Amino acid sequence: MIAKNVDNVKQALEGVSSNMTLMLGGFGLCGIPENAIAELVRLGISGITCISNNAGVDDFGLGLLLQKKQIKKMISSYVGENAEFERQMLSGELEVELIPQGTLAERCRAAQVGIPAFYTPAGYGTEVAEGKEVLDFKGKPHLLEHAFEADFSIIKAWKGDTAGNLIFKATARNFNAPMAGAGKICVAEVEELLPAGQLDPNQIHIPGIFVQRIFQGKFFEKRIEQRTITQK
Amino acid sequence: MALDKNGIAKRIAQEVQNGYYVNLGIGIPTLVANFVRDDLEVEFQSENGILGMGPFPFEGEEDADLINAGKQTITALPGASYFDSSLSFGMIRGKHVDLTILGAMEVAENGDIANWKIPGKMVKGMGGAMDLVASAENIIVAMQHTNRAGESKLLKRCSLPITGVNCVKKIVTDLACIEITKEGFLLLERAPGVSVETIKKATAGTLIVPVDVPEMSL
Repeated sequence: MIAKNVDNVKQALEGVSSNMTLMLGGFGLCGIPENAIAELVRLGISGITCISNNAGVDDFGLGLLLQKKQIKKMISSYVGENAEFERQMLSGELEVELIPQGTLAERCRAAQVGIPAFYTPAGYGTEVAEGKEVLDFKGKPHLLEHAFEADFSIIKAWKGDTAGNLIFKATARNFNAPMAGAGKICVAEVEELLPAGQLDPNQIHIPGIFVQRIFQGKFFEKRIEQRTITQK
Repeated sequence: MALDKNGIAKRIAQEVQNGYYVNLGIGIPTLVANFVRDDLEVEFQSENGILGMGPFPFEGEEDADLINAGKQTITALPGASYFDSSLSFGMIRGKHVDLTILGAMEVAENGDIANWKIPGKMVKGMGGAMDLVASAENIIVAMQHTNRAGESKLLKRCSLPITGVNCVKKIVTDLACIEITKEGFLLLERAPGVSVETIKKATAGTLIVPVDVPEMSL
């Protein structure tokens, strides 16, 4: 067994510095690496390029990094629900690149699995296609899209073991799975870190080979963005 | 009388067939699930990673790890499955999802759709909409026939930045059910009590009006 476990978030994020490109998992606030985000705020690094589907809300998730103006550029598919984000974007303080969600996911996965580029129909004929190579397959135009390059991918899983194997819960798998191993160093924070051998190999979603550092988060707020209920 | 949001959803629910996997967008499309006939076997997909999406949970049973693409807390029905975002869009791109229902700001008579950006005003992003409209073969748009200023949303050409080209197949609005054809918007049905004249006035693009335009049966 190759041990991937580190003691805490500080050790897990060693080497993260200003002006790096970071991938961060999660969809909305679901499955975001809360402990790592808190540490990035504490580290006070700046000029970050963030690849993340969303930008958090004003006072949680990546919104915390936006508040401190630590992010230079956001690469996302959807950035609503964040007033500070909108302000920084409209004032030109923050650079924003919007990408179709499926293309965003696949550019992560391409980086994960060593595919430099791929063709997808998403965005053809729109602003997204500007400057991109177009090729027809079976008469349908597709855009050439490239794998992302990131210094760190920072993800969150439900359970993990000291070998770096990961299991996600419900829809918190989202971008966390395709971002695993998609950066030069992959840091995984988990709710429960178990000794190797405690997780059933049949149930592993992401094998430890994709993970360089794993740690158990100290605290998970797991905030709900839209609490919707059915009346009894 | 023009349909309300539930009326639009109810009419669209009639398009859902047995054995369909369906992706529902945010807004009116979400309501469609409430009106699908009980005897049909249908599974709802949410692109953040679930097939077999169920209703909202009862109070106290919400799970922060179980949401839909609108970030709302949901439940999973028997037979449900979870997957990552890459595989989710693989289902969509690979045409495994049978029906996509989404909202729009504008639809053009050639099937172009605009629903992600108002330059200088609203820039929230396209989310999964561009992937959905580029790959889905059966796309129904749910929207109001006119915008808040009373201007038609069914146009010759979209004025807003488009989300996808030649992709919309059908539109259900508060006034009518319309099919996109090579010749333009074909009026299929009127909302109960709404005249052909009213629909004509509210449609800026080419509207083809057959001799007989029945009322929707809801």
